Amino acid sequence: MSDAVSYLPKHPPVTDWVNDFDHTDPRWTDDPFPIWDELRAASPIVHTERYLGCYMPTTYEAVRAIANDTEHFSSRRVIVRDVRPEQTAKAPPITSDPPEHKPAKQLLLPPFTPDAMKKLEPRVRAICNELIDAFIADGKCDAAARYTKHIPVRAIAHMLGIPEKDGDQFIQWIHQILELGIKNQETLVKAAEEMDSYFAGHIEHRKTHPSDDLISTLMNAKGKDGKPLDDAHVRGSLRLLLIAGIDTTWSAIGAALWHLARTPTDRERLVKEPALMPLAVEELLRAYSPVTMAREVMKETTISGCPVRAGNMVLLSFPAANRDPAMFPDAEKVVIDRKENRHAAFGLGIHRCVGSNLARMEMTVALEEWLKRIPDFRLDPAGKVTWSEGTVRGPRQLPMLFGTTA
Amino acid sequence: MAKLKIHVDQGKCQGHARCKSLAPELFELDEYGNAHEIGDGAVPAGLEDKAWLAQTNCPEIAIQVTEE
Repeated sequence: MSDAVSYLPKHPPVTDWVNDFDHTDPRWTDDPFPIWDELRAASPIVHTERYLGCYMPTTYEAVRAIANDTEHFSSRRVIVRDVRPEQTAKAPPITSDPPEHKPAKQLLLPPFTPDAMKKLEPRVRAICNELIDAFIADGKCDAAARYTKHIPVRAIAHMLGIPEKDGDQFIQWIHQILELGIKNQETLVKAAEEMDSYFAGHIEHRKTHPSDDLISTLMNAKGKDGKPLDDAHVRGSLRLLLIAGIDTTWSAIGAALWHLARTPTDRERLVKEPALMPLAVEELLRAYSPVTMAREVMKETTISGCPVRAGNMVLLSFPAANRDPAMFPDAEKVVIDRKENRHAAFGLGIHRCVGSNLARMEMTVALEEWLKRIPDFRLDPAGKVTWSEGTVRGPRQLPMLFGTTA
Repeated sequence: MAKLKIHVDQGKCQGHARCKSLAPELFELDEYGNAHEIGDGAVPAGLEDKAWLAQTNCPEIAIQVTEE
């Protein structure tokens, strides 16, 4: 994928985080944790004039209160951006509020239950091993470019019934929508249109060639009026599954490998005690939650004692909530066998990530297969780790060396 | 040890499925992935720790554990 598109207009660098925060500032991208601690120490809710006015809850309690308050906070815009154009490309149910939300979500839930994910698991295991086969003999790789990036996109393509080889195109659209689109409306619109026409073709084809994949399942699903969903709703849900299902999990797997590359004790323990993996996955999800969502304030209210005014956006940082020491003892540490862990990596309330069971399965399988084949690895000091900007945080370059230090 | 009983509040459960993963003997999921206690929620002897583990990992605080 190319980064040639300009990020203009560039934002001025932040000098006062508490009153002028910016989640696309390069320091936030590189290392957001001390910034969140500073904001949390200042107030449970902070505000910036950037992004036409935006709040950020900094504590777990304030994040939970907002996530559970659909009366004052709308999901119609789920990315904090420079502009707030009219919403044309809806992606139900993530952009839906009650009462539309529940029926739209219920359509998507059955294909993503843990049992449904078990059926997909062998394919994901095979995908991981095909990827590892291609680089293991080199003794090194960029784990983001060669491994983590490809697992979710191929898995979701497999579920949707579209060619896994189209994955690179999906990754490019998602980069244009979630990263470049924060500051460049034209790039976002063009990518969304291309994605729409891609799916329109697959929907048309299935009208004469029905199949048993997820696209057909959605086309056959009945709305609350008992009629099949119209094509626009189907396209919207497909857009959501693709956008939400790829760089999120790519980021989570990448951050987990980044942690294990830097933390030999945790790595060795997971190799020796594979039964620890479920707790480890949850802890890595807590400590390196990739996804920050957004809400729009519809009516004035008070959250954690702070007034919140209509017309502002809210940067709903589940990652920051998960680092709140009032909720998690030793919040700044990765405790690989943490027992009590009500983390909010998949959101809280009615918008709980519909793909959380898929993400967990992919992350578990990706780490298991990697550790089986490459139990010893470390960051390549000759390379540079880079992190994505904005809504989804994860490593985009992750240079690794295999084997123990010579 | 006191007998425990569990209950999943359907008004709160959002289908994170942490309980099912941690204590599959005590919880089952419906077609939407939302959790329910198995049977009347009575926790068989020996599974008390799993009941508490599920309770303390539910992000929505939807699981009640009561001592009978």
